[in-house]
Amino acid sequence: MSNSTASSKKSVLWDWLTTVDHKKIGIMYFFGGLFFFTIAGIEAMLMRIQLMFPEMGFLGEQTYNELLTMHGTTMLFLAAMPLFFGFMNFVMPLQIGARDVAFPFINSLGLWLFIFGGIILNISMLAGGAPDAGWTAYAPLSTTSPGNGVDFYVMGLQVAGAGTLMSAINFLVTIVNMRAPGMSMMRMPLFTWTTFVTSMLILFAFPALTIGLLLLMMDRVFGGAFFDTAMGGNVVIYQHIFWIFGHPEVYILILPAFGIFSEIISTFAKKRLFGYSAMVFATMIIGFLGFMVWAHHMFTVGMGPVANAIFAVATMAIAVPTGIKIFNWLLTLWGGRISFTVANLFALAFIPSFVLGGVTGVQLAMSAADYQFHDTYFVVAHFHYVIIGGSVFGIFAGTFYWWPKMFGYRLSESLGKWFFWLFLIGFHLTFFIQHFLGLIGMPRRVASYLDGQGFNEMNFISSMGAFLMAVAFILLVINVLISRKNTDNVQDPWDGRTLEWATTSPVQEYNFAQTPLIRDLDALWYEKMSGNGKMKAAEPLDEIHMPNGSILPIFIALGLSIAAFGVIYSAWFVIGAGLLLTFAMMFIRSIKEDHGYHIPVSEIKKDKGEG
Amino acid sequence: MENLSALDPRGPVAEMQLSLIQLSLYVMIFVIVVVFAIYTFVLIRFREKPGDTHIPKQVHGNRALEFIWTAIPILLLLILAIPNVMETFTLADTGIPENGEEAEAEGEEAEGEEPLVVEAHAHQFWWEFVYPDLEVNAGQDLYIPTDRRIVVELHASDVIHSFWVPSLAGKQDNVPGITNDLWFEAPEEGVYFGKCTELCGASHWLMDFKVLAVDPDTFDTWAEGMAEPDQELTEPEGEVAVEGREIFEANCIQCHAVGEDGGAEGPNFTNFGERTVVAGFLDYEEENIHDWIRDPASLKPDNQMPAFDENTISDEEMDALIEYIDGLKVLE
Repeated sequence: MSNSTASSKKSVLWDWLTTVDHKKIGIMYFFGGLFFFTIAGIEAMLMRIQLMFPEMGFLGEQTYNELLTMHGTTMLFLAAMPLFFGFMNFVMPLQIGARDVAFPFINSLGLWLFIFGGIILNISMLAGGAPDAGWTAYAPLSTTSPGNGVDFYVMGLQVAGAGTLMSAINFLVTIVNMRAPGMSMMRMPLFTWTTFVTSMLILFAFPALTIGLLLLMMDRVFGGAFFDTAMGGNVVIYQHIFWIFGHPEVYILILPAFGIFSEIISTFAKKRLFGYSAMVFATMIIGFLGFMVWAHHMFTVGMGPVANAIFAVATMAIAVPTGIKIFNWLLTLWGGRISFTVANLFALAFIPSFVLGGVTGVQLAMSAADYQFHDTYFVVAHFHYVIIGGSVFGIFAGTFYWWPKMFGYRLSESLGKWFFWLFLIGFHLTFFIQHFLGLIGMPRRVASYLDGQGFNEMNFISSMGAFLMAVAFILLVINVLISRKNTDNVQDPWDGRTLEWATTSPVQEYNFAQTPLIRDLDALWYEKMSGNGKMKAAEPLDEIHMPNGSILPIFIALGLSIAAFGVIYSAWFVIGAGLLLTFAMMFIRSIKEDHGYHIPVSEIKKDKGEG
Repeated sequence: MENLSALDPRGPVAEMQLSLIQLSLYVMIFVIVVVFAIYTFVLIRFREKPGDTHIPKQVHGNRALEFIWTAIPILLLLILAIPNVMETFTLADTGIPENGEEAEAEGEEAEGEEPLVVEAHAHQFWWEFVYPDLEVNAGQDLYIPTDRRIVVELHASDVIHSFWVPSLAGKQDNVPGITNDLWFEAPEEGVYFGKCTELCGASHWLMDFKVLAVDPDTFDTWAEGMAEPDQELTEPEGEVAVEGREIFEANCIQCHAVGEDGGAEGPNFTNFGERTVVAGFLDYEEENIHDWIRDPASLKPDNQMPAFDENTISDEEMDALIEYIDGLKVLE
């Protein structure tokens, strides 16, 4: 049997390309997401510059439509979800006391499919035109859009989506099977719970996206007629399929943030989460209702009053579990000792911001009023309030909170506070005013607006806010670069409550030398309060079995990407070659015996400083 | 701009929708005030003071509290859900009797009170309004009388569009292959601005239209003029205009109709001279008409109208053409 010393001789690059370690995969997800977050942010800034003055000629109409499509698609699929996947990959196995995820190889494959899918989508901009039909790609605008832009959208999301689905299944199996002794489901940290429910949502929602994209591909590439009314197709079916995926998707983006806030608020209030079991059930109910309300995106499409009324009431119902969560967070703070770290500032700013976004969600749920709100800037304001005030604040909070654990140094708190305040002010400046823009008649997805319609001042203010957010984000990047010397007290800097803070920083590749024994919710906090602050071991010290790294995932993803380009350019030979590469790699994976390796006890003792 | 805001309703439908928006706003402000009050109190009262290292009491939860903040939102949502469901059904009922109800309704509805039916056909990137009962086909401007309920049947000829007149009615989508409808009333005379609100391609942002609510007599005059154009009205006045008509017939009439002659690929020109804007958004000026005909794609990308350069229509011919179409009026 080989051991870890053999693999450590390989180059650093090879190590990262072949790794199946959930922590390294998490870090790659994080930086991949951050990269695309930056690109989508630049796209947003270009749009806000274009909208700063009426009838601006900064961007052409076609370019604007491409940017709005790429901004939405990139932010949701390539930025927000991967950033959360980064945290989930890194933190969740630690939180449940596992050595790794259930399927390390699949985990790596999921990562590379995401990266290659993102590359496919973004290459469209260099290949003569990005997708231009909006992130929803409604037929028949998408099926009749000239050029290859929408084909890139279809294939890029298909490849990235396959990776997302694999990762979700992996998380589910990990949480169900690999919890440490004593970690009952009702002792799991909230972030692990939201990872679990989010993964369930992905499991049921993404197949709908796969089918929707497949049908679009059939129509565009192979001359199908699913959405061609002249041939008996139906364009509304696409919207149903899309939103059966698309509505749960917004909960896929917000539930992990809820988990992060729950961890951070209870940590920095130094209190157990108020109403833990209610929080768990509220998460499940939100997840369930997320599937029941998709058609509220389609109130104006002509479903009739019965369907509109049912979906309106069902949508409003989501406010109840969400309200339960908000009050539970407030009561967690109540009686606590609240310290205002940057991580906690984002968590605290989330509460009022998200409430503002949530109440407009209830307003939008009113079908009769939605005839006025629908497809206006009111909607743009609403979903940016929930997605930035929820998901992005969650990502930033998680970044400051887990950074020491992930990267071995602490981000500067003072620079972080500048970042926080600039971003918060910029965010509200940008989006609050857009509620009114919508109500006074500005539709969304417009490349510009005419002078003299009363939109000028509000759009200018909105763009100014966007600039503030951009400046704030630059401060975050600077913070990441200049804080690398803050390496003291990185193992448990926040007096943490959950298991990830019981590991070393940086975390050993095997996570825990001995699987810990969990005796209560907030396992580490329980030991701190009732013992010596160290987890009790659930097993004797023994050699640890680890999986070998593999280069195959990259080549499987590469093969699928080559096939995707074949579809985009209708080149049969290329499709065949790409699929052949993929299947060849899968064949090698199937026949090659790979038993992994063992880390000997002596080395574990050396890591612990006992050898 | 006047008459473009959902906050400034000019008809019963928009008023109904605004009152629903206001009701929800009051409920939501109540929620926001409650949450913000607790939030502010908590952040001030329980912030960490310097030197404070006490360990707060670890509370599990409180059933009574959790019950209260489950029950109250449910009550608030009922306050919103009930009027919303009622109005959803009210707005879906256009007042046109369906097949089964026809006999029953006939006796009740007096003549003149029946809704005026207009078909709104959405094209990339202009609006065509067809009045099936009046045999009128109009482009860009939706003329309506102030004394009747208007029922708009929505059609799309290419991709999905959405018909929205904020100060009169909410919106409904124009979906290919499906006929939707909505109704509204405009009791006050005026010009109301309408927009397409579903992304429909490059020039989506320029797909504006106008609703012109006029008194019933003016409307009848207009409708008669559009249906059977009086020779005197559409006959060109002066030599230049006569020449202009020849140029129009040679170049434009395949797509643009005047009176009963011509195609329907583009907007109907019977009352072109009464427009206030060209192509839905440019000020009605000779120069803009000229620029539009020369190169429509530069003003409204991806629209279907071909360009006419100097070789097809010379500058002099252009002047004549504009003279002719500027004289097309049915209301004067």
